[in-house]
Amino acid sequence: MNIINEMHLKFISKSTNEGFARSVVSTFILELDPTINEIADIKTAVSEAVTNSIVHGYKRESGMIYIDAKITQNKKVIIKIRDKGVGIENVEKAMEPLFTTSQQEERAGLGFTVMQSFMDNVKVKSAPNKGTTVTLEKQIISVR
Amino acid sequence: MLDTKYKNDILTIKLKGEIDHNSASSLRTAIDSQINALRPKILELDFSGVGFMDSSGIGLIMGRYRSMGLIGGKIKVINVPENIGRIISLSGISALGVLK
Ligand SMILES: Nc1ncnc2c1ncn2[C@@H]1O[C@H](COP(=O)(O)OP(=O)(O)OP(=O)(O)O)[C@@H](O)[C@H]1O
Ligand SMILES: [Mg+2]
Repeated sequence: MNIINEMHLKFISKSTNEGFARSVVSTFILELDPTINEIADIKTAVSEAVTNSIVHGYKRESGMIYIDAKITQNKKVIIKIRDKGVGIENVEKAMEPLFTTSQQEERAGLGFTVMQSFMDNVKVKSAPNKGTTVTLEKQIISVR
Repeated sequence: MLDTKYKNDILTIKLKGEIDHNSASSLRTAIDSQINALRPKILELDFSGVGFMDSSGIGLIMGRYRSMGLIGGKIKVINVPENIGRIISLSGISALGVLK
């Protein structure tokens, strides 16, 4: 895997940073000449993961969110979104469609489902009190 | 600041910009206060001006579906742009009959 570009981003878990984070990542991948749909897919998936870190990982506290993004020579995008928040007890259960632990906040329980259908691969590493790392991968094809 | 129109018991609200967790809470408050003030039979949410939406927007629609249910009304989601249509169809909310 030949990495041709790489970036690291660290920001506080403030909800205004959701828009900031997804636009930084979508700008970063532009050199791969993605289609509008590919950009929208990545923007949405990043927004889901970052929002989860803010809403669930850090709840009402504030903490740091880290994004590491890479692009490879064969036009693959790899984005890692990490928090040091409360973590997830049962990752498999959390990833089920419609599963949410915050119903009273009008959450649909669709964040992971969206990430999985908009990206080629979604990996989640998490443990209670250790935080959560979500790795998103997508092959950019650029067919218009 | 919402772009609203009320006519023949139909409240039409035109949403603009990006709908995410950051913007959803103020949108929710603003829409619900219009619903409670006007008590329309139908709430139309017009998505033509929305450039981005994630699952927080689905939560917003589902929540307004409930708000309208409480006053015996219905909700319609109209003018959905192509890129937002994908997350909407994924969510399964079309089964609620809210899409026009
Ligand atoms: N970073 C995280 N830290 C702690 N818990 C998380 C994190 N991400 C997800 N979770 C847990 O996984 C559940 C499912 O996440 P998912 O994004 O699919 O749905 P949601 O966030 O509850 O709702 P939606 O994304 O539709 O608004 C969450 O309710 C939460 O319990
Ligand atoms: Mg979520």
